[in-house]
Amino acid sequence: MGGLMHGFARIWRRSLQARVVTSTIILSGLVIGLTGWALLHDVAGGLAADRRSAAIAEARSGFEYAQTQLDAAVDTEPSVQSQSLTQMVDSLTRSRGAQRTYELVLEGPFLSADGEVPVRTSAAIAPGSLTEDLTTAVRSGPGTFWRYSDLSLLGGSEAAPSVVVGSQLRAPGSGDTYALFYLFSLAEQQDTLDLVRRALLLGGLAMVLMVGGVAFLVSRQVLDPVRMARRIAERYASGNLEQRMHVSGEDDIARLSTSFNQMAASLQSQIRRLENLSRLQQRFVSDVSHELRTPLTTVQMASEVLYDSRDRFDPLTARSAELLKRELDRFESLLSDLLDLSRFDAGAAQLELDTIDLAQVARQAADDPGLARQDIEVRLVGVDRPAIVEADIRRIDRIVRNLLTNAAKYSGSPVIEIEVGQNEQCVTLAVRDFGIGLSGDENLRVFDRFWRADPARTQGGTGLGLAISREDAALHGGTLQAWGRPGEGSEFILTIPKPEGSSKAPAVTSVYA
Amino acid sequence: MSYRRTKRDRVLVVDDDASLAEMLTIVLEGEGLTTAVCRSGDRVMGAFAQFKPDVVLLDLMLPGLDGMSVCRQIRDKSAVPIIMLTAKSDTPDVVAGLEAGADDYITKPFKNTELVARIRARLRRSDQLVEPLLFGDIVLDPAGHTVTRKGEPLELTPLEFDLLACLLGDPSQVFTRETLLQKVWGYHHPGDTKLVNVHMTRLRSKIEDDAENPEIIRTVRGVGYQAITPTP
Repeated sequence: MGGLMHGFARIWRRSLQARVVTSTIILSGLVIGLTGWALLHDVAGGLAADRRSAAIAEARSGFEYAQTQLDAAVDTEPSVQSQSLTQMVDSLTRSRGAQRTYELVLEGPFLSADGEVPVRTSAAIAPGSLTEDLTTAVRSGPGTFWRYSDLSLLGGSEAAPSVVVGSQLRAPGSGDTYALFYLFSLAEQQDTLDLVRRALLLGGLAMVLMVGGVAFLVSRQVLDPVRMARRIAERYASGNLEQRMHVSGEDDIARLSTSFNQMAASLQSQIRRLENLSRLQQRFVSDVSHELRTPLTTVQMASEVLYDSRDRFDPLTARSAELLKRELDRFESLLSDLLDLSRFDAGAAQLELDTIDLAQVARQAADDPGLARQDIEVRLVGVDRPAIVEADIRRIDRIVRNLLTNAAKYSGSPVIEIEVGQNEQCVTLAVRDFGIGLSGDENLRVFDRFWRADPARTQGGTGLGLAISREDAALHGGTLQAWGRPGEGSEFILTIPKPEGSSKAPAVTSVYA
Repeated sequence: MSYRRTKRDRVLVVDDDASLAEMLTIVLEGEGLTTAVCRSGDRVMGAFAQFKPDVVLLDLMLPGLDGMSVCRQIRDKSAVPIIMLTAKSDTPDVVAGLEAGADDYITKPFKNTELVARIRARLRRSDQLVEPLLFGDIVLDPAGHTVTRKGEPLELTPLEFDLLACLLGDPSQVFTRETLLQKVWGYHHPGDTKLVNVHMTRLRSKIEDDAENPEIIRTVRGVGYQAITPTP
């Protein structure tokens, strides 16, 4: 049941057509219902009024006849009077023969008897067929009164609607008053009314269904192009830039299609232009790379030759050769970093995936003789268990070396800790130091290009290492995050997703977060 | 290390950049090598025939005939080691060059020591093998630098000979690509494992009856390569 409701709610939410059809049916149902009700009311009123006026006319003639009868019967003897009254009722009833459409009730006399009022009827009429207020009105004085009522016969079936006309009769001799009631059945009118009601109901239902059908067709006419537009927009969005809508006619849908096509064309040309630009940029970078590298190679080779023979130079020239070599090395790493970054920016960086063990990468990186030379102790945590990921070994190696170099160079910490951890989703490698740490928003800014913690730039380096490492991590679908506390240390956490996992939560918790 | 010849080894430098070519000769001559320079792709074959180099240093970007075609032309005529000079490390050019027959490549800019080490590695003759090695139906003869299988001589380049000798020399060991790069190519730093893959493919196409179902060297998935000990 809940599922069904849920399904309906879903259809209601997702289908404009369902909403249009449903609301059309509900609204047209309401309108048709109201109209039908008013119509039925009118017809019923008309039928009843017709019957009523006919009934009143017939009853009046009956009352006149009965009064004449009473006027003629001057006998005051109660038994005789009673007999003549019965005869009168019989004759009134009989006068119409088989076509009699009414029943008679004669009550009275009222004056002569204190208790029980004698009642004569033409049929076994159930009590309550005469309404209380009508009998009171008739008893109270002369005149003709009428009411609608339900006529039911004793032992008969259910009550039928009727109109009751009553009048007071007065016997001139005895001065007794009687109340004579005509009960006209409205069964025929009721039947007609039932017929009309049935016809209206069926007609209304059919009408509502048809209106619903019409709404369905009309909404489809409008929605089909909209759905088509949606499909085409989806295909367009998924990269099929040649997709266009079919335009026919000049209606709103056609204009929508035209506008859509214009938008698509303009987007397509923009995208093409950008693609072109990016290709040009990539091409430019590659050309610059080539053109710069050849002279750089020559210069570097020359500087190495000079550097190797510096012992034979005077001190100033020897120092110059040293500076030349050092700065050329720096220039080279700067150039190669810049080219790497421009490849990331152009989306041209490619992964060469291999199955690698981050624990082994950590062990190898810790063996770096450069660290030992600087008297830095490297602690390894969690490297005894293989941490396997699909990754580009050269990029991962570059990241880890970068983080170690950073920790060694900038933190001033005598100890560096490498922790490898993993869960079902990812493998994490954290590099921690216990040096100057990071303050404020530095944990975000460390990844900015050319950003350095030390504005005086006394430590060399390109200032691009962490930016590249972050791009390398992102290329693997992973993350590189930094945390730190001033004076306590800092920590870089590299998270690489396992082949079937995602890298949402690092497997190592930060100590500085 | 033992050298085949006592005379100075000869390096043919093919580069259109005059300064770089001259610098290369300076450095290589300083290392005790004899050099000659050729600055255009279409004149390489002439220079090659005349100079008879022991190693060719070949720039990929050349006027006249491009480096790839030059590489193919040389390889058609000779098994001389070819080292490509390339400005791009991650382009398909490298693989194309290796497939055209180059033994190794070195990316600009490079250190002099690195360049010399690579050239030396190509000039060095397999010192792992002193006596002829019999391995199933394969015979490796280090003296004549020849290989026969079922008595048929196989045309292997020196690099392929070294690769095969290295693997067959210790069938108990699985050689990782990194190890092979160190032992055969003379790398000191982690290098490009594509190099190993390309040459292993070519070596197999020469020694195996069916390169798809190797009987001599098998691939150990995720690790490297290993010689298959022959069933006597």
